[in-house]
Amino acid sequence: MAAGTLAKEKHLNQTLESSDYFRLSELFSLKELFDARVHLGHKKGCRHRLMEPYLFGSRLEQDIIDLDKTVEHLQAALNFTAHIAYRGGIILFVSRRRQFGHLVESTARDCGEYAHTRYWQGGLLTNAPIQYGPGVRLPDLVIFLSTLNNVFEQHVAIRDAAKMNIPTVGVVDSNCNPCLVTYPVPGNDDTPAAVELYCRLFKTTINRAKDRRKQLELLQGLSAPPPTPES
Amino acid sequence: MAASRGRTVGSLIWRCGSCCDNGNIVSSSLSSQVKVFSRQVSLSAAVHRKNLAAAGPEKFSEEFIKKQVEEFNIGKRHLANMMGEDVENFTQEDIDRSIAYLFPSSLFDKKARPLMKHPDEIFPRQRAVQWGADRRPFHFLFYTGKQSYYNLMHDTFARVLAAEKQQDRLRARSLLPEPSKKSSLGGSRWLFKEELEELLVETISDYDYQRFLQLVMRLQERGSSGEEDFLLSLRRRLEVQSSRQEVPPLQVDEQGHSYSTAEGRRKSATGSVVLTDRGSGDVIINGSLCHHYFTVLQDREQLMFPLVFTGVLGRFNVRCSVAGGGHSSQAGALRLALSRALLSFLSQGQVENMRQAGLLTPDPRVRERKKPGQEGARRKFTWNKR
Repeated sequence: MAAGTLAKEKHLNQTLESSDYFRLSELFSLKELFDARVHLGHKKGCRHRLMEPYLFGSRLEQDIIDLDKTVEHLQAALNFTAHIAYRGGIILFVSRRRQFGHLVESTARDCGEYAHTRYWQGGLLTNAPIQYGPGVRLPDLVIFLSTLNNVFEQHVAIRDAAKMNIPTVGVVDSNCNPCLVTYPVPGNDDTPAAVELYCRLFKTTINRAKDRRKQLELLQGLSAPPPTPES
Repeated sequence: MAASRGRTVGSLIWRCGSCCDNGNIVSSSLSSQVKVFSRQVSLSAAVHRKNLAAAGPEKFSEEFIKKQVEEFNIGKRHLANMMGEDVENFTQEDIDRSIAYLFPSSLFDKKARPLMKHPDEIFPRQRAVQWGADRRPFHFLFYTGKQSYYNLMHDTFARVLAAEKQQDRLRARSLLPEPSKKSSLGGSRWLFKEELEELLVETISDYDYQRFLQLVMRLQERGSSGEEDFLLSLRRRLEVQSSRQEVPPLQVDEQGHSYSTAEGRRKSATGSVVLTDRGSGDVIINGSLCHHYFTVLQDREQLMFPLVFTGVLGRFNVRCSVAGGGHSSQAGALRLALSRALLSFLSQGQVENMRQAGLLTPDPRVRERKKPGQEGARRKFTWNKR
């Protein structure tokens, strides 16, 4: 079925041609981000040096994140997520904030993807065949709703995903290190309103991409499960 | 695996629990009678290890298990042929009997003897492969490593949130129900860690177990009516201790009086007691009166205590016989025998009271042996500095 695979590849390349194939810019606006308090960062003392390009300024020693940059980065991140979901990739939501653990797990379950909001055991990504069993498939994208763990250090999964060549999308606050995250999204990760907004956005993106995929398969009359993503 | 050994077998499948180095070789006469499938079959001493299913990734693949099942069925038919019995209705008891006949073993440990059982009873229940044809895992918490445990925690927490929300709503309308004192969760206990592991088919740590208990107790505190089934599924009934007591049967003698017999032991004294109802309170020990046999007051008090405790002092006639030990241990033996004999005349509540008073517990203290290098059981020789 070489002709079939060539046609699939051609179609997948076509989806990459337009900048916003899934029309995700209509899902959020700068006003919505502002209302959800995404622009609020931590105090000046907690600021990470590498976050300075993303900050608009500071008011009364509290850092304010530049929402223009957030909109661009969020658009890029959602677009990437949608394309991964469109190609049937495995998405893993990670967050170590106990306040939002249940919310993140529910979000993951609702879009048919996976979540890990618990204690991260050492070799989950780097020692996967031994941890899970031979022939396991690793996640194709890791989404961090908060890049810090419970002791305010960078989550181990960022480094491990980078080691295993897994792209990451992460919400980075003003005290986080955006270095190893492939698609950082500067924004608030502490307020419930902001986190609920992110969860809603990711869920809608993934569901939209998957519905589009199902439509495509119905049109082409295929009954096979979605193919593995092109790497 | 170091524990497994390969052995050539006939058509029968060998499974010996801990027979790593035993020389259980099939007799050649067996193989000459029957068509031989000489095949290396691996044995495993892990058969009797606890909770193998959660030990790690699959040790036995599905095809292997299927093959073992086929071989077992074929072997069963051959065995029935050999014993000259009905091939179609050959039950597991028949198999055990035939194996014990064909391969008599005088090994002490029953688990070390040859056995032939269905592979489902030998190979422990394994978790099936966790992902589908496209290799996407089935469970959304697969990548945590402990999916069943975290799934349980997730569900319980969802219920806690729902219960709290409902309570807030009721409180806002001031319709909060009175906390009912009688809970349907009485008379039961939370699952132990081993039981939880068995339920989830996963190993969990002590810390995980503590967190589970905290969460589940939090749900219990919320006290909402809908969650009781869920909580009950995580609890086990406590057996009423007094129902475990063996009550001696009540017999009737020629005059129509009911009586009961029981035995008791203390140190090296054994005594037996016959309690007859509707008596005048006589106590006879080895043919002589109580005051003559037990001269010390303490011994008489020990003997009478069960009757005094239950308040039936003048009701029964007591005939005792006792041998061995000294006067104190004989009194203790008779006291235990008397309490046991009394059980058949008492109600459940009184039995429980007697059990809690310690009247039904045999005293486990025996004389400790003298050790070499010491003067007695504990006393050491006098310590000399030089």
